[in-house]
Amino acid sequence: MKNRTEDSPQHVEYTLFLGCTVPVRALNYEISARRVAEKLGLQLSDDPDFSCCGYPIKSVHRYGYLLMAARNLALAEEKGLPLCTLCSACCGSLTEANHEIKENEKLRKQINEDLFEWVGLHYEGGVRVTHFIRVLDQEVGKKRISEQIRTDLSPLRVAPHYGCHYTKPSTIYNKTEDPEDPKSLDELIKVTGAQSVQYEDKLQCCGGGVLAIDEQVALAMAHRKLDHLKSQQADAMILICPFCNVMYEGNQRKIEKSYQTEYKMPILYYPQLLGLALGFEPNDLGMKMNRVKANELVKKINRSAD
Amino acid sequence: MIDSKTFDPNFKFLIASEPGGENINKCFSCGTCTAGCPVREVTDRYNPRRIIRMAILGMKKEVLSSDFIWLCSSCYTCYERCPQNVKIPELMNAIKNIAVKEGYLPSSIKSQLDLLASFGRLLEVTDFENDKRKDSGLPLFQRQTEDVKKILINLGLYREEQDRG
Repeated sequence: MKNRTEDSPQHVEYTLFLGCTVPVRALNYEISARRVAEKLGLQLSDDPDFSCCGYPIKSVHRYGYLLMAARNLALAEEKGLPLCTLCSACCGSLTEANHEIKENEKLRKQINEDLFEWVGLHYEGGVRVTHFIRVLDQEVGKKRISEQIRTDLSPLRVAPHYGCHYTKPSTIYNKTEDPEDPKSLDELIKVTGAQSVQYEDKLQCCGGGVLAIDEQVALAMAHRKLDHLKSQQADAMILICPFCNVMYEGNQRKIEKSYQTEYKMPILYYPQLLGLALGFEPNDLGMKMNRVKANELVKKINRSAD
Repeated sequence: MIDSKTFDPNFKFLIASEPGGENINKCFSCGTCTAGCPVREVTDRYNPRRIIRMAILGMKKEVLSSDFIWLCSSCYTCYERCPQNVKIPELMNAIKNIAVKEGYLPSSIKSQLDLLASFGRLLEVTDFENDKRKDSGLPLFQRQTEDVKKILINLGLYREEQDRG
């Protein structure tokens, strides 16, 4: 952090927390995030010992969830850097556990006794948890991003999907963003030159949280939003969470079949959209891995560049 | 027909003593949670106001053995809007934690616990995944993390012999 100027981001180094889904199912998110980060002067380092954040067992055993989160936080603390997630559920679960462990001394003591005895770790409570999109929005800042834009995306109309855990519960995020009227992703989309499309149920949940319990309910939830996007003729949906992607891209064909409809709606992660604006080739952003091909969208950009 | 003789008046206190369930008795059944619930929007089976009402009445068995408590998608919309700060998603988790202790664990959640114990994550990272990561210029991933298994075993959420069976 030497030679930091006023224009530099608050932090330039982060430990990247990938969680379960990103490193296996969302390589395009990871590739594009790393590319974009590098371009914007952010360093993301890795820790191969991270596990699941703990979120999936919150419904089974709340203390067990806190322990799993604390284990990851303890590993991050050893590195001494803020922890940056790509998955919104990881961000929510680690942030919540972090708050609770920091604020509740009795709980912290109990967690540390068990952590040390069972896995030889200790967590003091000194890690800051954040989301990659929050880093772009608040720490890199739209001004610095806009200075790096090389390709005009103004022919595009894309629909932001905030998902749930990026803004809610707002208490764990110190009310950084109004969960009923969030703006960060809309504004980050506008920085690329693309238009941010408004649509019905924009803030609604993807349904991913109930996918394991009742697939039909989850698909019905995702179906509603895909319908709303279709009616607005969006060029793509923009995501910031890999689990939302499981619903909108991974299950898009299944939804099309169940409801006898067709969307062919490209689903891009925000760093992919930003990457295109920063001048990266689609292949450098893992676009080949997008299941719903975004060729039309890329053509639109290229046509306007000619 | 609901038979009030089968109600357990202590159920609400049991929930209130569970982390996340503390505010159950503040609920005055206004229905703000249900009105904005995205799950309720697509299915009648999930109705948070009704579930909380049933819990406060003491319908312990009906609530704990039901599949509807597992249908909360944890979107936190109701959490933000509840005028009584009942923290409904956390309350649902508290009820689910009690249900698990009482032996009601959905099979899909049980499978998730087994995956977490085996790999430390919900998804296995095999050579196939690591080759793909390598080809994409991404750092390789550790195949498993024993620590998670140790935590789950110590909490009684996983038994080692399941490995061999």
